[in-house]
Amino acid sequence: MKILVGYKRVVDYNVRITVKPDGSGVATEGVKLSANPFDDIALEEALRLREKGVATEVVVVGIGPADLQAHLRNGLAMGANRAIHVVAPDAVQPLTAARVFLKLVEKEQPQLVIVGKQAIDDDCNQTGQMLAALWNRPQATFASKVEVADGKARVTREVDAGLETLEVDLPAVITTDLRLNEPRFIKLPDIMKAKSKPIETVEFASLGVEPGDHLRITRYAPPPKRQKGVMVKDVAELVAALKAKGLL
Amino acid sequence: MSKILIVAEHLDGKLNPATAKCITCAKQIGGEIAVLVLADAVDAIAAEAARLDGVSKVLTVARAENAHPLAAVYAPQVAAAAAGYSHVLAPSTTFGKDLLPRVAALLGVAQVSDIMAVDGAYTFKRPIYAGNAIVSVEAPQDRVLLGTVRVASYAAAGSAAAAAPVEALALDVALPSHTRFVELKQGKSDRPDLQSAARVVSGGRALGSAENFALIYKLADKLGAAVGASRAAVDAGYVPSDLQVGQTGKIIAPELYIAVGISGAIQHLTGIKDAGTIVAINKDAEAPIFEVADIGLVGDLFTLVPELERALG
Repeated sequence: MKILVGYKRVVDYNVRITVKPDGSGVATEGVKLSANPFDDIALEEALRLREKGVATEVVVVGIGPADLQAHLRNGLAMGANRAIHVVAPDAVQPLTAARVFLKLVEKEQPQLVIVGKQAIDDDCNQTGQMLAALWNRPQATFASKVEVADGKARVTREVDAGLETLEVDLPAVITTDLRLNEPRFIKLPDIMKAKSKPIETVEFASLGVEPGDHLRITRYAPPPKRQKGVMVKDVAELVAALKAKGLL
Repeated sequence: MSKILIVAEHLDGKLNPATAKCITCAKQIGGEIAVLVLADAVDAIAAEAARLDGVSKVLTVARAENAHPLAAVYAPQVAAAAAGYSHVLAPSTTFGKDLLPRVAALLGVAQVSDIMAVDGAYTFKRPIYAGNAIVSVEAPQDRVLLGTVRVASYAAAGSAAAAAPVEALALDVALPSHTRFVELKQGKSDRPDLQSAARVVSGGRALGSAENFALIYKLADKLGAAVGASRAAVDAGYVPSDLQVGQTGKIIAPELYIAVGISGAIQHLTGIKDAGTIVAINKDAEAPIFEVADIGLVGDLFTLVPELERALG
């Protein structure tokens, strides 16, 4: 079976982003870009399913401008068989991304689509669920354990109340949570090997997708700052300070 | 005037407090507020929702398939129930995050995730980059607006003098059988729920072991507090992952947050930005946690925490 993996490029999670003074956006010039951490986990899970003999092919998918190819090469170096680059001038919103994925799903006929639960830039947490809806297939979001057998997936999900387990018929969409696995590091020989792996380029306009970018961001602002507090010298002062605030 | 439909979150026949927080957000949008209860047994949940201030009616769909909150099963029902409404809201909990985008896609509309402020009926503020930037978002007025509500940003609606009417909703919707509930393993229930607790005591990697985390539990029990942890403590295996507070764990807003042996990585601070009072106990006076703490105490947690517990009587 084939697995499609969403592989988004975002500002690296170690970068402390800043809002431009005029409120027009987040400063991204010269900032380190990396794979969305949850998508790295998605790719790792797909590769493990292939190594177990459950899957035969892993395809990474990226949507973005021409320079996205280097990012997709990282996915190939990590172990994906091939990549699909949907060329779009700008970032697309989740509904549009889901519609793009649906087109690719119709063509590629995967049994599983694995994507990160959210991208750490826009933090929307929508694309996987939206794709499952448009595809009319099951979704298992926030996965921390995935077992695939007999045309079904048993997925443990990290929910607020604890750990929920679902059984879903394939094909299905899975979105990954942090503890599903630890992604492997890319080794130098794999980078060399990745150079000969195919990247298929698809123009966004050629897919016939109705854009779903309905939301308009009118302003970016930094978050409100917390006031610096006081230091106390011992437990007695701490208790007194808490009592003074009416907290004890 | 807006007509707002709120999807109720519930477990074991009880309404989740996150629902009452959505109502507070909906009141700021303004208009008529209905709560939709999907369950196998709806009566107790509907009665609870009907008593919340601001609710004008409660709609119920009682079906055996609704016993567990499966997004694939709930979504077509919510999409059908949304007809005639200008807004559909759900809490930005794992329940709402799972469900609402599926509804949005069925309706062919975008979704505003994690609403933290209402600027107008179709304009909202929401956090991006884990709360390191706040964006103002404008949604089209000619489509139904779907939004998840960041529960840490809203107080729960109080109770109403008179209960709102409860109506059974007849929906002619075919439900899929491709998604089946297997089990839910709940965390310990003898302590307050981390997500909604008024007081939280969290421990970090400085605790050094799972055994030493007993110090945190004892202090929490003395305060009637929930227990949390930093990602470092979770990754080190001291506590299960459902206790993790931070960007990739739970984002919380207790009145009192006590961080013990937590250095204060960005990813952790993101989860406690909206806490009322933050207390930090750490042996490193330079730890970033002191930058955000309202009250800081530098010292060895292994002496200070038992001392604090004794001082609380």
